[in-house]
Amino acid sequence: MNLQALKTPRGRLTLLFVVLVIGGLFAVGVLREEAELPAISLAAEEIPLPFSLPFYGNHIPNTLPSTFLTMAILILIGLAYNRAQRQEGPPSRFRVAVEAVAEGMLNFMENAVGEKAKLFFPLVATFFLFIAISNWCGILPGFGSIGVWALPHAEEAHAAEHEGEEIAAEPGEELELIPLFRSANAHLSTTLALAIVSVAAAQYFGFKALGVSYLNKYLNFRASSPKPDPTQKGLQGIVSKFARGIEIIVNGIVGLIEIILEVLKVLPFSFRLFGNIFAGEVLLFVVSFLFAFVFPVIFLGLELFVGLIQGLIFAMLTLVFFSVATTSHHDEESH
Amino acid sequence: MWPEGIESVTQAATAFTIMFGVIFPAISIGWIGSKAMESIGRNPEASGGILTSMILVAALAEAIAIYALVVALAIKFV
Repeated sequence: MNLQALKTPRGRLTLLFVVLVIGGLFAVGVLREEAELPAISLAAEEIPLPFSLPFYGNHIPNTLPSTFLTMAILILIGLAYNRAQRQEGPPSRFRVAVEAVAEGMLNFMENAVGEKAKLFFPLVATFFLFIAISNWCGILPGFGSIGVWALPHAEEAHAAEHEGEEIAAEPGEELELIPLFRSANAHLSTTLALAIVSVAAAQYFGFKALGVSYLNKYLNFRASSPKPDPTQKGLQGIVSKFARGIEIIVNGIVGLIEIILEVLKVLPFSFRLFGNIFAGEVLLFVVSFLFAFVFPVIFLGLELFVGLIQGLIFAMLTLVFFSVATTSHHDEESH
Repeated sequence: MWPEGIESVTQAATAFTIMFGVIFPAISIGWIGSKAMESIGRNPEASGGILTSMILVAALAEAIAIYALVVALAIKFV
């Protein structure tokens, strides 16, 4: 720390400002009224809108604004990089930073799956960037704390509208604070959509790499044992034919199980991300209501780490699915 | 969702859900860490790759505890 800078008038002014801000925060913390823990909702809350949107009607889930915020951040970085790339002269710091991140991801993927990494890079890297940045956005100040007061349940509000009433509190009904922002991945629909895209893309890459023979994984009615000799008579011939028939049936059932597994893969995939991010939000909520200052900062750091790791896990698992889907079944057998 | 007068039951259900849901991931994370340390001790040059995989697998094991946490929160708040 450069103490010399504090001796200039400007430095002293900055120091005074920082001290005043911290003191003000403490004063607010001490003087605030006893705050109640807001209701924690497993589903994303619905923000009432004064107008109607084509797909959503009068309500949008409060993860939608933060999803668009994430997309805006990524698109802005992309546009800025595009501009920085066209500039002449030595590369700017920003350009070097973006390229370092992209190269790091590509190297990581090449270590895992080899030369196929370049084919999978766009989708897998997008998953990683989207999830990591939206998780990091989720711990910005204002997420979960800035909101509007409305009826907690969207259905009741809908019902009230249909009867031509104003959205106002009935005598027994309490208004709840509905946050305008909620971390994008703390909504099961977001993570389910990501998981479906990942599993569907694995099928696409499988067909692209193996052609129609990719279907052998799911529709397998061939036996690997040699065809029995038709001239063989007696009990032995019947047994070998019977064994071959059993093998074909078992292969068919295994293919069916593969189909079911492929569809079910979506569930743990989406629940893992949703659970981690939602649990992180609840943790931050509870901790910041137990201790107003300093202590929650540790958990903010933990959430930064968890957000990055969850993005990494999602991208890695996607990469492994792609890699498995593009590997031929027969290659493994011939090894 | 729950009928009136069984708050104590839901409280206990929440506590037991998270209790049993956390025991096994805890064991597995400890195991993953111990195995990773062991292999780093045997082969210190590979520590970078081992640490990366260790964190990945530990996060996968931790996700099991998170499922239990989500179920517990669902029992308590839904």
